Amino acid sequence: MGGRLFKDFSLVAATLSLFLLVGIFAILFSYAQTSMHEFGFDFLVIDQWEADEDDEGGVFGGFIPIIGTLLSTLIAMVIATPLAMGIAIFLTEIAHDKIIKPFSIAIELLAAIPSIIYGMWGLFYFAPIVQSVFGGNGVGLLTAGIVLAIMIIPFMAAITRDSMNTAPDVLKESAYAMGATKFEVIKDVVMPYSKGGIIGSVILALGRALGETMAVAFLIGSVMSIPDKITDPTTSIPVLLANNFAEAQDLELSSMYYLALILFIVSFALITVAKLYFIGKKK
Amino acid sequence: MNRLLLNKIILTLSTISALVGIGFLFWILITLTYKGVSSIQLSTFTNDLVEGGIRNLLVGQFTMALLATVVAVPIGVMAGIYLREYGGEKRMTMVIRNLSDIMTSAPSIVIGVFVFAFLVEPFGTFNGWAGSVALAIMMLPIIIGTTDNMLALVPKELREAGIALGGSKHKIVLQIVLKAAKVGVTTGILLSFARIIGETAPLLFTSANNQFFTMDMSGQFPSLTVSIYNLATYPDEASRELAWAASFILTAIVLFINLVGRYVTRNKH
Repeated sequence: MGGRLFKDFSLVAATLSLFLLVGIFAILFSYAQTSMHEFGFDFLVIDQWEADEDDEGGVFGGFIPIIGTLLSTLIAMVIATPLAMGIAIFLTEIAHDKIIKPFSIAIELLAAIPSIIYGMWGLFYFAPIVQSVFGGNGVGLLTAGIVLAIMIIPFMAAITRDSMNTAPDVLKESAYAMGATKFEVIKDVVMPYSKGGIIGSVILALGRALGETMAVAFLIGSVMSIPDKITDPTTSIPVLLANNFAEAQDLELSSMYYLALILFIVSFALITVAKLYFIGKKK
Repeated sequence: MNRLLLNKIILTLSTISALVGIGFLFWILITLTYKGVSSIQLSTFTNDLVEGGIRNLLVGQFTMALLATVVAVPIGVMAGIYLREYGGEKRMTMVIRNLSDIMTSAPSIVIGVFVFAFLVEPFGTFNGWAGSVALAIMMLPIIIGTTDNMLALVPKELREAGIALGGSKHKIVLQIVLKAAKVGVTTGILLSFARIIGETAPLLFTSANNQFFTMDMSGQFPSLTVSIYNLATYPDEASRELAWAASFILTAIVLFINLVGRYVTRNKH
């Protein structure tokens, strides 16, 4: 009797998470309807976000925040990927046993720092440095991209390290016995062996960078304009939502839901591909 | 190019990138500590935001996070139990396991938007309940995942011993399997709590913020993280100092919980 109840309750709990996911899709989709009917797929290429003067309707297109999201993420990935690979190689192949543990903890602590802290620190300490080196007014694509990179490095490094650790020692030892250098072992034995995990970690980090809100909100400038230079301020989907969602009405609000839906679908697709095809199904 | 030289170059670059990573950690922690400690006064803890302190914000943030934990932990642990102990090899089990795993990486701002649609808009006001629910949604998949993984580490022999003693399935699950996985599951709960206590994006338009001390969850609710975001962008020096103090305290709490979690499991793996 009690056993049956216990099992049923656990089943309900498990299916709840399924309903949550479906619920998020359904709500975003239905609230985005007004905007979808008005703009259709042109929404993706309209580079305007302006309400009419009477506050009823207007033209709302996702082009600028979408471009801002993609560019800031691209900058972050270009910087983060080589550094994260370097850290993973250091942790698996170079570091002395005594260093690995504290170093790993330090990297994981870096991942645990709330994103709003990265934003604060970036705004007051990092933006001025970017400004003096690259010009511009401190906040903008480049600053957001670099701080975003710092945020995703530990995450990417941790997954890459885990998959590099799965390369069997026997394979590595036989390569060393053939006279291979450490780099050749990494390139020809470890990398091919852990390829899936490495690609997966890069895609996962990409998904995380696309949806990151707070750090970027401090640093991207939150201006509705297409950037000409890498130091120009612009905006991104999460940042536009964070700053304007609460005040938006009617068509503008619906367009915000549209943006949220796009972001959700893109990150959902990326994470699914990364987890199911590269990092491997969980047993 | 010379193989040995190339080898040296790559290894040096790897070591440098490791040092760069650590460098950033210390850079952030040192500036945070320096700015934070110099901005903290006794009144920071005893005053509410309206008088230049963070008392109501700390209470508000913890109230929402604890409430989220109270909701997410039983549901998440039960769901994890289903996946590992009852679900077997069914297709449905795999689907739920993978989807829940994917949900752990869902953009937090989207969860805020979702909760706004059904807990804020219909009531016409930001409220603490909505904030708690948003945090619970963030927490749930993490707890499902850790419970599932930790139960998987419990050896089959323990379950078989329970069956041999004539225990019923749910008694075996609760009194033997869950007990054996206790440390791992608790650590998972601690780490997921550390994650949601520092969240800002899901709270921006669910709980929003409140300058005054309140325990009334049906209205705008004080949030430490949302306040940091607001304070940091104000031009006056006092607001910024308060933002630094709040950031330092928040980071100290988050890192402390993380270290406790690691310390608890130190001998396990």
